[in-house]
Amino acid sequence: MPGITREEVAHLARLSRLELKPEELDHFAEQLDVIIGAVARVSEVAGQDVPPTSHPLPLTNVMRADEVRPSLTPDQALSGAPAAEEQRFRVPQILGED
Amino acid sequence: MTELIRYTAAETASAIAKGEVSAVEVAQAHLDRIDAVDKKVNAFLHVDTEGALKAARAVDEKRAKGEELGPLAGVPLALKDVFTTEGIPTTCGSKILEGWIPPYDATLTSRLKDAGVVILGKTNMDEFAMGSSTENSAYGPTGNPWDLSRIPGGSGGGSAAALAAFEAPLAIGTDTGGSIRQPGAVTGTVGVKPTYGSVSRYGLVAFSSSLDQGGPCARTVLDAALLHEAIAGHDPLDSTSIDAPVPAVVEAAKLRDVRGMRIGVVKEFAGEGYQTGVMQRFNESVELLRELGAEVVEVSCPSFTLALPAYYLIAPSECSSNLARFDAMRYGLRVGDDGSRSAEEVTALTREAGFGDEVKRRIILGTYALSSGYYDAYYGSAQKVRTLISRDFDAAFAGVDVLVSPTTPTTAFPIGERADDPMAMYLADLCTIPSNLAGNAAMSLPVGLAPEDNLPVGLQIIAPAMADDRLYRVGGAVEAALNDKWGHTLLEEAPAL
Repeated sequence: MPGITREEVAHLARLSRLELKPEELDHFAEQLDVIIGAVARVSEVAGQDVPPTSHPLPLTNVMRADEVRPSLTPDQALSGAPAAEEQRFRVPQILGED
Repeated sequence: MTELIRYTAAETASAIAKGEVSAVEVAQAHLDRIDAVDKKVNAFLHVDTEGALKAARAVDEKRAKGEELGPLAGVPLALKDVFTTEGIPTTCGSKILEGWIPPYDATLTSRLKDAGVVILGKTNMDEFAMGSSTENSAYGPTGNPWDLSRIPGGSGGGSAAALAAFEAPLAIGTDTGGSIRQPGAVTGTVGVKPTYGSVSRYGLVAFSSSLDQGGPCARTVLDAALLHEAIAGHDPLDSTSIDAPVPAVVEAAKLRDVRGMRIGVVKEFAGEGYQTGVMQRFNESVELLRELGAEVVEVSCPSFTLALPAYYLIAPSECSSNLARFDAMRYGLRVGDDGSRSAEEVTALTREAGFGDEVKRRIILGTYALSSGYYDAYYGSAQKVRTLISRDFDAAFAGVDVLVSPTTPTTAFPIGERADDPMAMYLADLCTIPSNLAGNAAMSLPVGLAPEDNLPVGLQIIAPAMADDRLYRVGGAVEAALNDKWGHTLLEEAPAL
Protein backbone atom coordinates (compact mmCIF):
# COMPACT_ATOMS: atom_id res chain seq x y z
CA MET A 1 0.00 0.00 0.00
CA PRO A 2 1.55 3.34 -1.01
CA GLY A 3 2.04 6.14 1.50
CA ILE A 4 1.09 9.76 0.94
CA THR A 5 3.26 12.54 -0.49
CA ARG A 6 3.35 16.26 0.29
CA GLU A 7 1.96 16.95 -3.21
CA GLU A 8 -0.98 14.63 -2.60
CA VAL A 9 -1.73 16.33 0.71
CA ALA A 10 -1.65 19.71 -1.06
CA HIS A 11 -4.08 18.40 -3.67
CA LEU A 12 -6.43 16.94 -1.02
CA ALA A 13 -6.30 20.20 0.95
CA ARG A 14 -7.39 22.08 -2.18
CA LEU A 15 -10.26 19.65 -2.71
CA SER A 16 -11.22 20.10 0.95
CA ARG A 17 -11.08 23.92 0.73
CA LEU A 18 -8.29 24.18 3.29
CA GLU A 19 -5.70 26.89 2.56
CA LEU A 20 -2.85 25.08 4.38
CA LYS A 21 0.43 26.83 5.18
CA PRO A 22 3.65 25.27 3.78
CA GLU A 23 4.77 24.14 7.25
CA GLU A 24 1.37 22.51 7.82
CA LEU A 25 1.76 20.60 4.56
CA ASP A 26 5.12 19.24 5.72
CA HIS A 27 3.83 18.27 9.14
CA PHE A 28 0.53 16.75 8.00
CA ALA A 29 2.18 14.81 5.17
CA GLU A 30 4.49 13.16 7.69
CA GLN A 31 1.69 12.36 10.17
CA LEU A 32 -0.81 11.23 7.54
CA ASP A 33 1.79 8.90 6.06
CA VAL A 34 2.05 7.16 9.45
CA ILE A 35 -1.74 7.07 9.92
CA ILE A 36 -2.38 5.70 6.43
CA GLY A 37 0.32 3.09 6.96
CA ALA A 38 -1.55 1.94 10.07
CA VAL A 39 -5.10 2.00 8.73
CA ALA A 40 -4.13 0.31 5.45
CA ARG A 41 -4.44 -2.99 7.33
CA VAL A 42 -8.14 -3.00 6.47
CA SER A 43 -7.23 -3.99 2.92
CA GLU A 44 -6.57 -7.49 4.34
CA VAL A 45 -10.29 -8.06 3.85
CA ALA A 46 -10.52 -6.39 0.40
CA GLY A 47 -10.66 -9.71 -1.40
CA GLN A 48 -13.20 -11.31 0.91
CA ASP A 49 -16.75 -11.77 -0.28
CA VAL A 50 -18.37 -9.74 2.51
CA PRO A 51 -21.17 -7.22 2.00
CA PRO A 52 -20.27 -3.68 3.10
CA THR A 53 -22.01 -2.01 6.04
CA SER A 54 -22.55 1.72 5.67
CA HIS A 55 -24.88 2.15 8.62
CA PRO A 56 -25.86 0.15 11.72
CA LEU A 57 -29.60 0.47 11.08
CA PRO A 58 -31.30 -1.11 8.07
CA LEU A 59 -33.49 1.95 7.44
CA THR A 60 -34.34 3.27 4.00
CA ASN A 61 -36.30 6.31 2.90
CA VAL A 62 -37.82 7.40 6.18
CA MET A 63 -40.45 9.89 5.03
CA ARG A 64 -42.63 12.40 6.81
CA ALA A 65 -46.04 13.67 5.77
CA ASP A 66 -45.77 16.47 3.19
CA GLU A 67 -47.39 19.18 5.25
CA VAL A 68 -46.52 22.69 6.42
CA ARG A 69 -45.04 22.79 9.92
CA PRO A 70 -43.31 25.41 12.05
CA SER A 71 -39.80 26.38 10.93
CA LEU A 72 -37.25 29.15 11.49
CA THR A 73 -38.26 32.70 10.57
CA PRO A 74 -36.01 34.47 8.04
CA ASP A 75 -34.55 36.56 10.87
CA GLN A 76 -33.72 33.42 12.88
CA ALA A 77 -32.21 31.69 9.85
CA LEU A 78 -30.04 34.73 9.13
CA SER A 79 -29.14 35.35 12.78
CA GLY A 80 -25.73 33.67 12.49
CA ALA A 81 -24.87 34.88 8.99
CA PRO A 82 -21.48 36.60 8.59
CA ALA A 83 -23.27 39.06 6.26
CA ALA A 84 -26.91 39.43 5.22
CA GLU A 85 -28.84 41.75 2.94
CA GLU A 86 -32.53 41.96 2.01
CA GLN A 87 -33.34 38.77 3.96
CA ARG A 88 -30.64 36.87 2.09
CA PHE A 89 -27.17 35.51 2.90
CA ARG A 90 -24.65 37.94 1.42
CA VAL A 91 -21.69 35.99 0.03
CA PRO A 92 -18.46 36.88 -1.78
CA GLN A 93 -18.34 36.72 -5.57
CA ILE A 94 -19.10 33.18 -6.79
CA LEU A 95 -18.64 33.69 -10.57
CA GLY A 96 -15.76 35.18 -12.60
CA GLU A 97 -15.85 38.71 -14.04
CA ASP A 98 -16.94 37.62 -17.51
CA MET B 1 -25.22 23.55 51.90
CA THR B 2 -21.96 22.57 50.17
CA GLU B 3 -23.03 18.96 50.65
CA LEU B 4 -25.74 19.51 48.04
CA ILE B 5 -23.10 19.15 45.36
CA ARG B 6 -22.34 15.62 46.58
CA TYR B 7 -25.93 14.39 46.26
CA THR B 8 -26.70 11.96 43.48
CA ALA B 9 -29.23 13.09 40.89
CA ALA B 10 -31.81 10.70 42.39
CA GLU B 11 -31.24 12.12 45.89
CA THR B 12 -31.39 15.69 44.58
CA ALA B 13 -34.69 15.15 42.78
CA SER B 14 -36.17 13.42 45.81
CA ALA B 15 -35.07 16.21 48.19
CA ILE B 16 -36.59 18.82 45.89
CA ALA B 17 -39.83 16.87 45.49
CA LYS B 18 -40.15 16.54 49.29
CA GLY B 19 -39.44 20.23 49.77
CA GLU B 20 -36.28 19.61 51.82
CA VAL B 21 -34.41 21.93 49.51
CA SER B 22 -35.42 24.21 46.65
CA ALA B 23 -34.28 23.76 43.08
CA VAL B 24 -32.87 27.29 43.21
CA GLU B 25 -30.71 26.39 46.22
CA VAL B 26 -29.44 23.31 44.38
CA ALA B 27 -28.67 25.30 41.23
CA GLN B 28 -26.94 28.05 43.24
CA ALA B 29 -24.79 25.50 45.11
CA HIS B 30 -23.56 24.12 41.79
CA LEU B 31 -23.02 27.57 40.25
CA ASP B 32 -20.96 28.46 43.35
CA ARG B 33 -18.95 25.28 42.97
CA ILE B 34 -18.28 26.07 39.30
CA ASP B 35 -17.22 29.54 40.34
CA ALA B 36 -14.84 28.10 42.93
CA VAL B 37 -13.13 25.34 40.93
CA ASP B 38 -13.67 25.74 37.21
CA LYS B 39 -10.75 28.12 36.68
CA LYS B 40 -8.60 25.10 37.53
CA VAL B 41 -10.64 22.40 35.81
CA ASN B 42 -11.90 24.28 32.71
CA ALA B 43 -14.82 21.89 32.28
CA PHE B 44 -17.20 24.63 31.10
CA LEU B 45 -16.99 26.75 27.96
CA HIS B 46 -20.10 28.69 28.90
CA VAL B 47 -21.99 28.94 32.20
CA ASP B 48 -25.62 30.01 31.87
CA THR B 49 -26.23 31.37 35.37
CA GLU B 50 -29.40 33.24 34.47
CA GLY B 51 -30.92 30.36 32.47
CA ALA B 52 -30.11 27.83 35.19
CA LEU B 53 -31.69 29.89 37.95
CA LYS B 54 -34.73 30.59 35.78
CA ALA B 55 -35.20 26.86 35.07
CA ALA B 56 -34.78 26.10 38.78
CA ARG B 57 -37.35 28.75 39.74
CA ALA B 58 -39.81 27.19 37.29
CA VAL B 59 -39.41 23.82 39.05
CA ASP B 60 -39.95 25.42 42.47
CA GLU B 61 -43.05 27.23 41.20
CA LYS B 62 -44.43 24.01 39.74
CA ARG B 63 -43.95 22.27 43.07
CA ALA B 64 -45.56 25.16 44.96
CA LYS B 65 -48.62 24.78 42.76
CA GLY B 66 -48.77 21.09 43.65
CA GLU B 67 -48.00 19.93 40.12
CA GLU B 68 -46.27 16.59 39.66
CA LEU B 69 -42.52 16.76 39.12
CA GLY B 70 -40.60 14.40 36.85
CA PRO B 71 -37.88 12.09 38.20
CA LEU B 72 -35.10 14.59 37.36
CA ALA B 73 -36.92 17.88 38.00
CA GLY B 74 -34.54 20.48 39.40
CA VAL B 75 -31.40 18.37 38.88
CA PRO B 76 -28.47 20.36 37.42
CA LEU B 77 -26.74 19.11 34.28
CA ALA B 78 -23.65 19.95 32.23
CA LEU B 79 -24.31 19.78 28.48
CA LYS B 80 -21.59 18.96 25.97
CA ASP B 81 -21.12 21.95 23.67
CA VAL B 82 -22.04 19.91 20.60
CA PHE B 83 -25.82 20.07 21.14
CA THR B 84 -27.58 23.22 19.98
CA THR B 85 -29.16 25.41 22.65
CA GLU B 86 -31.45 28.24 21.57
CA GLY B 87 -30.00 31.58 22.61
CA ILE B 88 -26.93 30.02 24.25
CA PRO B 89 -23.55 29.80 22.45
CA THR B 90 -22.64 26.47 20.85
CA THR B 91 -19.02 26.18 19.70
CA CYS B 92 -18.22 22.45 19.47
CA GLY B 93 -14.83 23.47 20.88
CA SER B 94 -14.02 25.19 17.57
CA LYS B 95 -12.97 28.71 16.60
CA ILE B 96 -15.07 28.38 13.47
CA LEU B 97 -18.23 28.53 15.64
CA GLU B 98 -16.97 31.05 18.21
CA GLY B 99 -19.86 33.27 19.26
CA TRP B 100 -22.47 31.31 17.28
CA ILE B 101 -25.88 31.43 18.97
CA PRO B 102 -28.14 28.70 17.58
CA PRO B 103 -31.72 29.72 16.73
CA TYR B 104 -33.12 26.35 17.88
CA ASP B 105 -32.80 23.63 20.52
CA ALA B 106 -31.62 20.11 19.78
CA THR B 107 -34.30 17.50 20.54
CA LEU B 108 -32.14 16.33 23.44
CA THR B 109 -31.99 19.90 24.81
CA SER B 110 -35.80 20.24 24.58
CA ARG B 111 -36.30 16.91 26.33
CA LEU B 112 -34.02 17.95 29.19
CA LYS B 113 -35.90 21.24 29.55
CA ASP B 114 -39.26 19.45 29.45
CA ALA B 115 -38.03 17.11 32.20
CA GLY B 116 -37.26 20.11 34.42
CA VAL B 117 -33.51 19.44 34.26
CA VAL B 118 -31.49 22.58 35.05
CA ILE B 119 -28.86 23.14 32.35
CA LEU B 120 -25.88 24.82 34.02
CA GLY B 121 -23.89 25.43 30.86
CA LYS B 122 -21.94 23.94 27.99
CA THR B 123 -18.88 21.76 28.47
CA ASN B 124 -15.47 21.67 26.85
CA MET B 125 -14.66 19.05 24.23
CA ASP B 126 -12.21 18.11 21.53
CA GLU B 127 -13.04 20.20 18.48
CA PHE B 128 -16.11 18.71 16.76
CA ALA B 129 -15.70 15.69 19.09
CA MET B 130 -12.49 14.56 17.38
CA GLY B 131 -10.02 13.43 20.00
CA SER B 132 -9.47 11.41 23.16
CA SER B 133 -8.10 14.04 25.54
CA THR B 134 -10.02 17.35 25.13
CA GLU B 135 -6.65 18.87 24.17
CA ASN B 136 -8.05 19.52 20.69
CA SER B 137 -10.42 22.17 22.05
CA ALA B 138 -9.72 25.64 20.68
CA TYR B 139 -10.45 26.94 24.18
CA GLY B 140 -7.70 25.17 26.12
CA PRO B 141 -7.55 21.71 27.69
CA THR B 142 -9.67 20.47 30.61
CA GLY B 143 -7.88 19.05 33.65
CA ASN B 144 -8.72 15.66 35.14
CA PRO B 145 -10.02 16.34 38.68
CA TRP B 146 -7.97 13.35 39.93
CA ASP B 147 -4.78 15.06 38.72
CA LEU B 148 -5.13 18.37 36.92
CA SER B 149 -1.95 17.77 34.91
CA ARG B 150 -3.61 14.78 33.23
CA ILE B 151 -6.23 14.51 30.51
CA PRO B 152 -9.91 13.94 31.43
CA GLY B 153 -10.39 11.83 28.31
CA GLY B 154 -12.14 12.97 25.19
CA SER B 155 -13.90 14.09 23.36
CA GLY B 156 -16.32 14.65 26.24
CA GLY B 157 -13.64 15.53 28.81
CA GLY B 158 -15.52 18.60 30.00
CA SER B 159 -18.68 16.65 30.82
CA ALA B 160 -16.77 13.89 32.67
CA ALA B 161 -14.59 16.38 34.55
CA ALA B 162 -17.66 18.39 35.61
CA LEU B 163 -19.05 15.24 37.26
CA ALA B 164 -15.79 14.26 38.95
CA ALA B 165 -15.26 17.84 40.19
CA PHE B 166 -18.80 17.88 41.68
CA GLU B 167 -19.78 20.78 39.43
CA ALA B 168 -22.85 18.83 38.24
CA PRO B 169 -24.42 15.48 39.17
CA LEU B 170 -25.41 14.78 35.55
CA ALA B 171 -23.86 15.48 32.17
CA ILE B 172 -24.46 14.72 28.51
CA GLY B 173 -21.85 13.36 26.15
CA THR B 174 -21.69 12.03 22.63
CA ASP B 175 -19.91 8.83 21.70
CA THR B 176 -18.61 8.32 18.15
CA GLY B 177 -15.65 6.09 19.01
CA GLY B 178 -15.66 6.18 22.81
CA SER B 179 -16.12 9.87 23.66
CA ILE B 180 -18.54 9.13 26.53
CA ARG B 181 -16.99 5.90 27.83
CA GLN B 182 -13.28 6.76 27.73
CA PRO B 183 -13.71 10.07 29.65
CA GLY B 184 -15.92 8.15 32.10
CA ALA B 185 -13.18 5.54 32.61
CA VAL B 186 -10.34 7.99 33.24
CA THR B 187 -12.36 10.24 35.59
CA GLY B 188 -13.99 7.51 37.70
CA THR B 189 -17.50 8.28 36.46
CA VAL B 190 -20.24 6.33 34.65
CA GLY B 191 -20.74 6.84 30.92
CA VAL B 192 -23.17 5.11 28.60
CA LYS B 193 -23.32 4.95 24.82
CA PRO B 194 -26.92 3.93 24.16
CA THR B 195 -27.86 1.79 21.15
CA TYR B 196 -27.30 3.78 17.95
CA GLY B 197 -30.58 5.48 17.01
CA SER B 198 -32.08 5.54 20.50
CA VAL B 199 -31.16 9.15 21.37
CA SER B 200 -32.07 11.75 18.73
CA ARG B 201 -29.27 13.38 16.74
CA TYR B 202 -31.45 16.34 15.72
CA GLY B 203 -29.44 19.40 16.78
CA LEU B 204 -26.33 17.33 17.51
CA VAL B 205 -23.62 18.89 15.33
CA ALA B 206 -22.59 15.97 13.12
CA PHE B 207 -19.09 14.48 13.07
CA SER B 208 -19.66 10.94 11.80
CA SER B 209 -23.37 10.43 11.33
CA SER B 210 -23.44 6.63 11.21
CA LEU B 211 -21.51 6.45 14.51
CA ASP B 212 -22.48 9.54 16.60
CA GLN B 213 -24.70 8.83 19.57
CA GLY B 214 -25.63 11.07 22.50
CA GLY B 215 -25.85 9.53 25.94
CA PRO B 216 -25.85 9.96 29.72
CA CYS B 217 -22.88 10.65 32.01
CA ALA B 218 -23.30 10.46 35.79
CA ARG B 219 -21.62 9.50 39.03
CA THR B 220 -23.89 6.48 39.65
CA VAL B 221 -25.48 3.80 37.49
CA LEU B 222 -29.00 4.72 38.65
CA ASP B 223 -28.45 8.40 37.80
CA ALA B 224 -27.24 7.43 34.32
CA ALA B 225 -30.37 5.30 33.89
CA LEU B 226 -32.68 8.14 34.96
CA LEU B 227 -31.01 10.44 32.44
CA HIS B 228 -31.06 7.73 29.77
CA GLU B 229 -34.85 7.44 30.11
CA ALA B 230 -35.25 11.22 29.94
CA ILE B 231 -33.36 11.61 26.64
CA ALA B 232 -34.03 8.39 24.72
CA GLY B 233 -36.97 7.59 22.48
CA HIS B 234 -38.22 8.10 18.96
CA ASP B 235 -37.87 11.51 17.31
CA PRO B 236 -39.50 12.15 13.94
CA LEU B 237 -36.92 14.91 13.34
CA ASP B 238 -34.11 12.31 13.15
CA SER B 239 -34.57 9.89 10.27
CA THR B 240 -32.24 7.35 11.93
CA SER B 241 -34.19 7.38 15.19
CA ILE B 242 -35.44 3.95 16.32
CA ASP B 243 -39.23 3.80 16.62
CA ALA B 244 -39.46 1.33 19.51
CA PRO B 245 -39.92 1.52 23.28
CA VAL B 246 -36.84 2.45 25.33
CA PRO B 247 -35.54 -0.55 27.33
CA ALA B 248 -36.44 -0.40 31.05
CA VAL B 249 -33.04 0.86 32.17
CA VAL B 250 -34.09 2.39 35.52
CA GLU B 251 -35.71 -0.85 36.61
CA ALA B 252 -32.59 -2.76 35.53
CA ALA B 253 -30.28 -0.39 37.44
CA LYS B 254 -32.20 -1.15 40.65
CA LEU B 255 -32.11 -4.96 40.26
CA ARG B 256 -28.55 -5.46 41.55
CA ASP B 257 -28.65 -9.11 40.63
CA VAL B 258 -26.56 -10.83 37.96
CA ARG B 259 -27.25 -14.41 39.02
CA GLY B 260 -27.63 -16.63 35.99
CA MET B 261 -26.34 -14.01 33.55
CA ARG B 262 -23.78 -15.16 31.00
CA ILE B 263 -20.84 -12.81 30.62
CA GLY B 264 -18.16 -13.01 27.93
CA VAL B 265 -14.63 -11.69 28.39
CA VAL B 266 -13.32 -10.40 25.05
CA LYS B 267 -10.02 -12.21 24.52
CA GLU B 268 -8.66 -9.66 22.02
CA PHE B 269 -8.73 -6.79 24.55
CA ALA B 270 -5.64 -7.69 26.58
CA GLY B 271 -1.92 -8.07 26.13
CA GLU B 272 0.62 -5.60 24.80
CA GLY B 273 -0.22 -1.96 25.47
CA TYR B 274 -2.55 -2.72 28.38
CA GLN B 275 -1.38 -1.21 31.67
CA THR B 276 -0.78 -3.73 34.48
CA GLY B 277 -3.03 -1.95 37.00
CA VAL B 278 -5.83 -1.64 34.45
CA MET B 279 -5.74 -5.39 33.81
CA GLN B 280 -5.53 -6.09 37.55
CA ARG B 281 -8.71 -4.13 38.30
CA PHE B 282 -10.40 -5.60 35.24
CA ASN B 283 -9.58 -9.17 36.26
CA GLU B 284 -10.85 -8.47 39.78
CA SER B 285 -14.13 -7.20 38.30
CA VAL B 286 -14.51 -10.40 36.31
CA GLU B 287 -13.87 -12.41 39.46
CA LEU B 288 -16.45 -10.27 41.29
CA LEU B 289 -19.06 -10.99 38.63
CA ARG B 290 -18.40 -14.69 39.14
CA GLU B 291 -18.81 -14.30 42.91
CA LEU B 292 -22.09 -12.46 42.32
CA GLY B 293 -23.42 -15.51 40.50
CA ALA B 294 -22.74 -14.76 36.84
CA GLU B 295 -21.34 -17.38 34.51
CA VAL B 296 -18.14 -16.05 32.91
CA VAL B 297 -16.65 -17.41 29.70
CA GLU B 298 -13.90 -16.25 27.35
CA VAL B 299 -15.07 -15.08 23.93
CA SER B 300 -13.04 -14.44 20.80
CA CYS B 301 -13.93 -11.63 18.39
CA PRO B 302 -11.07 -11.86 15.86
CA SER B 303 -12.23 -8.94 13.66
CA PHE B 304 -11.95 -6.50 16.56
CA THR B 305 -8.23 -6.17 15.79
CA LEU B 306 -9.26 -4.37 12.59
CA ALA B 307 -11.78 -2.07 14.31
CA LEU B 308 -9.36 0.81 14.94
CA PRO B 309 -8.07 0.98 11.35
CA ALA B 310 -11.64 0.71 9.99
CA TYR B 311 -12.84 3.45 12.33
CA TYR B 312 -10.05 5.83 11.29
CA LEU B 313 -11.20 5.49 7.70
CA ILE B 314 -14.97 5.58 8.22
CA ALA B 315 -15.13 8.41 10.76
CA PRO B 316 -12.80 10.76 8.82
CA SER B 317 -14.66 9.96 5.59
CA GLU B 318 -17.99 10.95 7.09
CA CYS B 319 -16.39 13.96 8.80
CA SER B 320 -14.88 15.25 5.57
CA SER B 321 -18.38 15.34 4.14
CA ASN B 322 -20.21 16.61 7.25
CA LEU B 323 -17.78 19.46 7.92
CA ALA B 324 -18.19 20.79 4.38
CA ARG B 325 -21.09 22.78 5.87
CA PHE B 326 -18.58 25.12 7.51
CA ASP B 327 -18.15 27.22 4.40
CA ALA B 328 -18.23 30.76 5.89
CA MET B 329 -21.48 31.56 4.10
CA ARG B 330 -24.45 30.94 6.42
CA TYR B 331 -23.09 30.99 9.97
CA GLY B 332 -19.85 30.96 11.89
CA LEU B 333 -16.51 32.53 11.09
CA ARG B 334 -15.74 34.33 7.81
CA VAL B 335 -12.14 35.32 7.07
CA GLY B 336 -10.60 37.29 4.18
CA ASP B 337 -13.79 38.73 2.66
CA ASP B 338 -12.23 42.04 1.56
CA GLY B 339 -14.08 42.30 -1.74
CA SER B 340 -11.14 41.01 -3.76
CA ARG B 341 -11.60 37.29 -3.08
CA SER B 342 -14.03 34.74 -4.47
CA ALA B 343 -16.38 32.74 -2.26
CA GLU B 344 -14.17 29.69 -2.74
CA GLU B 345 -11.06 31.55 -1.57
CA VAL B 346 -12.91 32.93 1.45
CA THR B 347 -14.11 29.42 2.33
CA ALA B 348 -10.56 28.01 2.17
CA LEU B 349 -9.09 30.87 4.23
CA THR B 350 -11.87 30.60 6.82
CA ARG B 351 -11.47 26.84 7.21
CA GLU B 352 -7.70 27.24 7.53
CA ALA B 353 -8.15 29.84 10.28
CA GLY B 354 -11.14 28.23 12.01
CA PHE B 355 -10.23 24.53 12.22
CA GLY B 356 -7.55 23.01 14.45
CA ASP B 357 -4.94 20.44 13.43
CA GLU B 358 -6.86 17.25 14.23
CA VAL B 359 -9.93 18.40 12.31
CA LYS B 360 -7.76 19.31 9.32
CA ARG B 361 -5.97 15.95 9.46
CA ARG B 362 -9.24 14.05 9.52
CA ILE B 363 -10.80 16.07 6.70
CA ILE B 364 -7.75 15.36 4.53
CA LEU B 365 -7.65 11.69 5.54
CA GLY B 366 -11.35 11.29 4.77
CA THR B 367 -11.04 13.05 1.43
CA TYR B 368 -8.15 10.70 0.62
CA ALA B 369 -10.07 7.56 1.65
CA LEU B 370 -13.04 8.57 -0.50
CA SER B 371 -11.05 9.53 -3.59
CA SER B 372 -11.22 7.37 -6.69
CA GLY B 373 -8.37 4.91 -6.82
CA TYR B 374 -8.33 4.49 -3.03
CA TYR B 375 -12.05 4.14 -2.32
CA ASP B 376 -12.27 0.35 -2.71
CA ALA B 377 -9.03 -0.43 -0.89
CA TYR B 378 -9.74 1.90 2.05
CA TYR B 379 -13.35 2.98 2.55
CA GLY B 380 -14.76 -0.14 0.87
CA SER B 381 -12.60 -2.47 2.97
CA ALA B 382 -13.44 -0.55 6.14
CA GLN B 383 -17.13 -1.12 5.41
CA LYS B 384 -16.46 -4.84 5.06
CA VAL B 385 -14.64 -4.82 8.40
CA ARG B 386 -17.73 -3.20 9.84
CA THR B 387 -19.79 -6.19 8.69
CA LEU B 388 -17.25 -8.66 10.12
CA ILE B 389 -17.32 -6.86 13.49
CA SER B 390 -21.12 -7.02 13.61
CA ARG B 391 -20.91 -10.74 12.82
CA ASP B 392 -18.40 -11.26 15.66
CA PHE B 393 -20.81 -9.51 18.03
CA ASP B 394 -23.75 -11.59 16.77
CA ALA B 395 -21.80 -14.80 17.28
CA ALA B 396 -20.69 -13.72 20.77
CA PHE B 397 -24.18 -12.64 21.85
CA ALA B 398 -25.57 -16.01 20.74
CA GLY B 399 -23.71 -17.44 23.74
CA VAL B 400 -23.56 -14.62 26.28
CA ASP B 401 -25.80 -11.79 27.54
CA VAL B 402 -23.09 -9.13 27.72
CA LEU B 403 -19.40 -8.77 26.90
CA VAL B 404 -16.84 -7.12 29.19
CA SER B 405 -13.40 -5.59 28.69
CA PRO B 406 -11.33 -2.75 30.09
CA THR B 407 -12.76 0.55 28.75
CA THR B 408 -9.31 1.92 27.96
CA PRO B 409 -5.88 0.27 27.78
CA THR B 410 -4.36 2.82 30.19
CA THR B 411 -5.34 5.32 32.88
CA ALA B 412 -5.32 9.09 32.23
CA PHE B 413 -2.09 10.18 30.54
CA PRO B 414 -0.35 13.53 31.10
CA ILE B 415 -1.61 16.54 29.11
CA GLY B 416 0.75 17.00 26.18
CA GLU B 417 2.09 13.44 26.10
CA ARG B 418 0.23 12.34 22.95
CA ALA B 419 -0.85 15.76 21.64
CA ASP B 420 1.24 15.62 18.47
CA ASP B 421 1.26 11.85 18.00
CA PRO B 422 -2.12 11.07 16.42
CA MET B 423 -1.64 7.27 16.31
CA ALA B 424 -0.77 7.11 20.03
CA MET B 425 -3.87 9.21 20.78
CA TYR B 426 -6.09 6.96 18.64
CA LEU B 427 -5.09 3.89 20.71
CA ALA B 428 -7.08 5.28 23.66
CA ASP B 429 -10.24 4.18 21.80
CA LEU B 430 -9.07 0.65 21.01
CA CYS B 431 -11.71 -1.12 23.12
CA THR B 432 -14.61 1.29 22.64
CA ILE B 433 -14.72 1.55 18.83
CA PRO B 434 -16.27 -1.86 17.95
CA SER B 435 -19.60 -0.91 19.60
CA ASN B 436 -19.83 2.26 17.51
CA LEU B 437 -19.16 0.36 14.29
CA ALA B 438 -21.83 -2.22 15.18
CA GLY B 439 -24.26 0.29 16.71
CA ASN B 440 -24.85 -1.63 19.94
CA ALA B 441 -24.93 -0.39 23.56
CA ALA B 442 -22.00 -0.04 25.97
CA MET B 443 -21.19 1.39 29.40
CA SER B 444 -18.06 2.32 31.30
CA LEU B 445 -18.17 1.89 35.05
CA PRO B 446 -15.47 2.82 37.61
CA VAL B 447 -13.97 -0.30 39.22
CA GLY B 448 -11.09 1.09 41.29
CA LEU B 449 -7.74 2.79 40.97
CA ALA B 450 -4.69 1.38 39.23
CA PRO B 451 -2.20 0.65 42.05
CA GLU B 452 0.77 2.12 40.19
CA ASP B 453 -0.66 5.62 39.67
CA ASN B 454 -3.83 5.80 41.83
CA LEU B 455 -5.93 6.79 38.81
CA PRO B 456 -9.39 5.44 37.93
CA VAL B 457 -9.94 2.32 35.83
CA GLY B 458 -13.11 1.65 33.86
CA LEU B 459 -14.91 -1.62 33.18
CA GLN B 460 -16.63 -1.71 29.81
CA ILE B 461 -19.88 -3.65 29.51
CA ILE B 462 -21.32 -4.23 26.02
CA ALA B 463 -24.87 -5.38 25.24
CA PRO B 464 -26.69 -6.12 21.97
CA ALA B 465 -28.60 -3.30 20.27
CA MET B 466 -31.79 -2.41 22.15
CA ALA B 467 -30.71 -4.46 25.17
CA ASP B 468 -29.32 -1.39 26.97
CA ASP B 469 -31.06 -2.57 30.16
CA ARG B 470 -28.46 -5.35 30.50
CA LEU B 471 -25.71 -2.73 30.88
CA TYR B 472 -27.53 -1.22 33.84
CA ARG B 473 -28.31 -4.58 35.38
CA VAL B 474 -24.64 -5.62 35.35
CA GLY B 475 -23.36 -2.11 36.13
CA GLY B 476 -25.74 -1.64 39.05
CA ALA B 477 -24.72 -4.97 40.59
CA VAL B 478 -20.97 -4.35 40.25
CA GLU B 479 -21.28 -0.79 41.57
CA ALA B 480 -23.25 -1.90 44.63
CA ALA B 481 -20.80 -4.71 45.41
CA LEU B 482 -17.77 -2.43 45.07
CA ASN B 483 -19.30 0.36 47.18
CA ASP B 484 -20.07 -2.26 49.85
CA LYS B 485 -16.49 -3.50 49.73
CA TRP B 486 -14.94 -0.02 49.83
CA GLY B 487 -17.46 1.45 52.28
CA HIS B 488 -17.76 4.51 50.03
CA THR B 489 -17.85 5.50 46.36
CA LEU B 490 -14.67 5.75 44.33
CA LEU B 491 -15.03 9.50 43.80
CA GLU B 492 -14.79 10.06 47.56
CA GLU B 493 -11.12 9.15 47.14
CA ALA B 494 -10.54 11.96 44.62
CA PRO B 495 -8.32 14.75 45.95
CA ALA B 496 -9.92 18.05 47.01
CA LEU B 497 -9.70 20.76 44.38
